[in-house]
Amino acid sequence: MNINTTKIISLLFFIFSAFYLYTAYQIQVFAFDENAPFNARTFPIYLGYAGLFFSGLKLILPDPNTIKVEHKTLEYKKTAILVLIAIIYGATILKVGYFLTTSIFLIASYYFLGERRWLLMFMLSFPFVAAFMYLLHGVLDIYLRDPFLKMLGVMG
Amino acid sequence: MIEGILIGLTTALTFQNIFMVMIGCFFGTIIGMLPGLGPMTAIALMIPITYGFDPATGLILMAGVYYGAVFGGSTSSILLNAPGVPGTVATSFDGYPMAQQGKAGKALAIAAWSSFAGGTLAAIYLLFMAPSLSKVSLSFRSPDYFALMILGLTAIAAFSSKGQFIKAMMMVVLGLMLASVGQDSLSDITRFTFNNMNLTDGISFVLVVMATFAMSEALTIILKRNDPTAAAKQVSLTELGSIRINKEERAKMLKTIPRTSIIGFIIGVLPGAGATIASFLAYGMERNLVKDEEKEKFGKGSVHGLAAPETANNAACSGAFVPLLTLGIPGSGTTAVMLGALLGFGIQPGPRLYMTNPEIFWSVIMSMYIGMVILLILNLPLIPYIARILAVPKNYLIPLILFFSITGIYVMSFNNFDIYLMIGIAVIATFMRLYDFPMPPLILAFVLGGLMEENLRRSLLLSDGSWTFLWDRTLTACILATTILIVGWQIYKTFSKKN
Repeated sequence: MNINTTKIISLLFFIFSAFYLYTAYQIQVFAFDENAPFNARTFPIYLGYAGLFFSGLKLILPDPNTIKVEHKTLEYKKTAILVLIAIIYGATILKVGYFLTTSIFLIASYYFLGERRWLLMFMLSFPFVAAFMYLLHGVLDIYLRDPFLKMLGVMG
Repeated sequence: MIEGILIGLTTALTFQNIFMVMIGCFFGTIIGMLPGLGPMTAIALMIPITYGFDPATGLILMAGVYYGAVFGGSTSSILLNAPGVPGTVATSFDGYPMAQQGKAGKALAIAAWSSFAGGTLAAIYLLFMAPSLSKVSLSFRSPDYFALMILGLTAIAAFSSKGQFIKAMMMVVLGLMLASVGQDSLSDITRFTFNNMNLTDGISFVLVVMATFAMSEALTIILKRNDPTAAAKQVSLTELGSIRINKEERAKMLKTIPRTSIIGFIIGVLPGAGATIASFLAYGMERNLVKDEEKEKFGKGSVHGLAAPETANNAACSGAFVPLLTLGIPGSGTTAVMLGALLGFGIQPGPRLYMTNPEIFWSVIMSMYIGMVILLILNLPLIPYIARILAVPKNYLIPLILFFSITGIYVMSFNNFDIYLMIGIAVIATFMRLYDFPMPPLILAFVLGGLMEENLRRSLLLSDGSWTFLWDRTLTACILATTILIVGWQIYKTFSKKN
């Protein structure tokens, strides 16, 4: 069966807009603002209706320029792994620290993308991150939280 | 004005700012030439770094990145037939055939000189136009601003939609919806936070830009890695040929550059149009203006055909600064990113910027000249070396883009939630990109969301809840009429295509 994914996205957007509109109506405003010409829920309500209108149009109108995506040629697996590595990176960066997690994230990403030149991978991770940290923290005075380096006594 | 120019020169010519323009042009060129990565990505990646500087320096750095990225985009168009940015698609029409004929160096030199001339001429137009437009825009009222924002959003949707106007309008609405998350600016009532404290201040602009551009572009590149249609047909990156332009070619460029710089600048000023439309229009116009024997050469390596889009796209970049600096309303996705960064610095661009922060206003204009000169000095002799960057393996490029994106959010918030949110938005954006949902309208809408609500609030309160404010003032009515024309044209195009 040939499913038009653009229509599915439009349907999802329609449902999302309906949910947004419902939530917009639930916004609590001050009693004196309830009947004001404009309050905190006015603009979101208009947006909700606009979302329903455009996604509804996309659903109803015929789609002559159907986008065909060749799913067989797409690298879903590698992309998913990369997203997963990024999530793990995000989860550990605060607890472990910027330097170690970023360097490991880079090495892991290079590896999963098919790179096997270990020396180059190393050079573009640990020393690279150290140099970048020096630029941000040392030169530009942008604070970087790093419990690991703090524990080692490298960073204050 | 002379006093302003001197203020601008004093600020722009400090060692730090010249260095920033150089850095910006250099990195912009590198990022811009990588296929799939454009000026918006380049600027987005630079935002966290700019927060370490004062606003003028930060904006100068971003302007340098902008020009560099547009120029860089033309390099990949010419050498790989893979435009780094949509604004350089027209460059590949004649640039790539020229490179295939063994004249890649010459094509790159023509592109560099045309970009330089286009950008410099446009900066001169901007110099004279911006202050007067600033004065005119002081008469703008809330309804005019509201109408202007509607026009900007409709126009960017119309021009960036590749014939899919409704999709682009859906992205506009999505951008406005994302902007509505968090505290209401006037009443402080929280909206759409679902009792999550991390959302109380709203979604960060940098987060949305990084997610929808830098990160989702990186993911798209990986996703489409094996796509046979995306395979680059590569010209030799080591033997580019001479970069010398002969007398005859110079004469041709001298004819093309002035007229296409004007059209590029005018298109750049219009909200939503930008470099892509400018380059295509200039290419088409030039084809009609040249002699018949030159017309035959278009698409086969014509000097006119290469110089026209290159001049126009750089002129459009300068033109896009006019609505940003004078009205506080960005005319393109890239200037929307800049507006977001300016708001991050605590600066509100608009007619008063000219008076309240003259050093920023003028130094940005002055840095454009300096940027153009640096771009030429830096890029012309380095062309053979810069071109080799195109051979950087994606195995390294993609993780580095992800690293810069996540670092950008990390240094801003030190919050895991923001990183997860960014990854989530990036995954959705990547999927939507596959089905041609354009991202620039989303960004412009996200940036304008707060301002739009503010102006609608004022307009409705002043008119006591009546929507008559939309046609009470002639200016508002004219702006809305233009919007209706654009929407009407899009509907006509859709139906005429079907028939």
